[in-house]
Amino acid sequence: MFEYDFMRTAFAASGVAAILAGTVGFFLVLRGQTFAGHALSHVGFTGATGAALFGLSPLAGLVGFTFVAGIGMGLFGEKLAERDVAIGMMLSLALGLGLLFLHFYTSAATQATALLFGNVLGVDDSALISLVVMAAVSLAALAFIARPLIFASLQAELAEARGVPLRFVSAAFLGIVAIAVAECAQIVGVLLVFTLMVGPAAAAQNFSRRLRGGVALAAGLALAEAWGGLTLAFYSDWPTSFWITALSGLVYFASLGARKLTG
Amino acid sequence: MSALRFEDATIRLGGRDILSAASFVVEDGEFVGVLGANGSGKTTLMRAALGLTPVASGAISVLDRPVARGNSSIGYMPQNRGAVGGQRLTGYDIVASAAIGARFGFARLDKARRREIDWALDHVEARDLARRSIGELSGGERQRLLLSQALLGRPRLLLLDEPLISLDPAFQKGVVDIARRLRDELRIAILFSAHELNPLVNAIDRVLYLGGGGAVIGAVDEVVTGPVLSRLYGAEIEVVRIKDRFFVMAGDVDVERDAHRHEGGGHAHFHQHGGAHV
Repeated sequence: MFEYDFMRTAFAASGVAAILAGTVGFFLVLRGQTFAGHALSHVGFTGATGAALFGLSPLAGLVGFTFVAGIGMGLFGEKLAERDVAIGMMLSLALGLGLLFLHFYTSAATQATALLFGNVLGVDDSALISLVVMAAVSLAALAFIARPLIFASLQAELAEARGVPLRFVSAAFLGIVAIAVAECAQIVGVLLVFTLMVGPAAAAQNFSRRLRGGVALAAGLALAEAWGGLTLAFYSDWPTSFWITALSGLVYFASLGARKLTG
Repeated sequence: MSALRFEDATIRLGGRDILSAASFVVEDGEFVGVLGANGSGKTTLMRAALGLTPVASGAISVLDRPVARGNSSIGYMPQNRGAVGGQRLTGYDIVASAAIGARFGFARLDKARRREIDWALDHVEARDLARRSIGELSGGERQRLLLSQALLGRPRLLLLDEPLISLDPAFQKGVVDIARRLRDELRIAILFSAHELNPLVNAIDRVLYLGGGGAVIGAVDEVVTGPVLSRLYGAEIEVVRIKDRFFVMAGDVDVERDAHRHEGGGHAHFHQHGGAHV
């Protein structure tokens, strides 16, 4: 299957997005902010459809919108980012707006499906370069804030007393999450971002009791699921996103079993 | 040198004076039990010493210096333990995350830091516990492990906020014994807040009683008496003493028991309550 250009690009794009998603997702699960990540993806839908409506690049709209929303959510503090109802309302409001943009944007149907459920085979070279650059910057930023981020995630009050700027850490992290969400949306679509960001990370935390090993495992699982999904899609001709969600679900439920067994 | 000094310190939260012109001095190396009803300012006092809650008037000094945020000469154990309880991570990774958690950048867990972590774990006899997942530890074991974090950076003052909460009496004794040993071995000052005096009474050097915005410090025999506490709370308070056990009563209500029940109700932040329950 590697004789096809589009498959090579798809493998590269999904690999980059998966490693970023798995790594960032580990911290998202550690902080108990998975729902915030889910909401950000819906905000991304609005950004992408809005950008398309105004003749801009959907990827730019997706990234720009989620990034601003992520920083905003972080600045409102830990409290808002954990408030289910507020996030849920934001999520439906964003989807509703996205629907309105689609309504005005005539060549809507295929565009909408690609946004909602992903279209990894449609990633072109220039998009791939954007994905690689954004992933590299995000991972570097994440490594830079990782220590205070872990401390603040596990023991916020103690971290605050030790001088960790909680609000800055929270905002910077959700900014990084937003980029990861935007990348994932390119591969599996905004509705299925959970499958690459949360599935592998949650499974890794069930399999591993260590931080460092857990992060590596989350990234590895996400990569395996993304590439596995692409391969299965190639041979079965079923949608890639379906296969990735299937693998992600399988691994997650297996991890629950493993956790039961090992206590 | 004094470990902690409050001079006419007033601390206001949400329009209410939690402490009003409170003055007291904790000497270097002494073990002080901090008592008082819900809302009397036990947590606020510690947060103020850490620079997390501003002082409206008056002054607070820690080890003869003004309060500063991120003061590494203070070891702190907050009452709210955060999200660690439900984690599967090993205790070691949790303590290590605290040991290097205040630094941005690509800090590594080097030999010196590992030695520091081991030193802290050894002082609370938690080296073996740290190998296990924190979710598997009993309440008392978890408390010991978390207590080790307060020793990181070799502080001169420990602020332990309700370390006994939701522990069985047997575990309570273990935690108090460790605190006493830390004072003896490391010669550091310890402020140890609690709902009940009795688990602490044989271990502490002095007691700091908070109530009605004020504070009184002194030997247990001098402070925990009807007249002193009545003056502090501005209400009739009786103290019944049976051997080494004290029962503080307001009217026919046992103040400390009452406070305990409120905490059990799941109110994490006592300063959201009304006045002191007296």
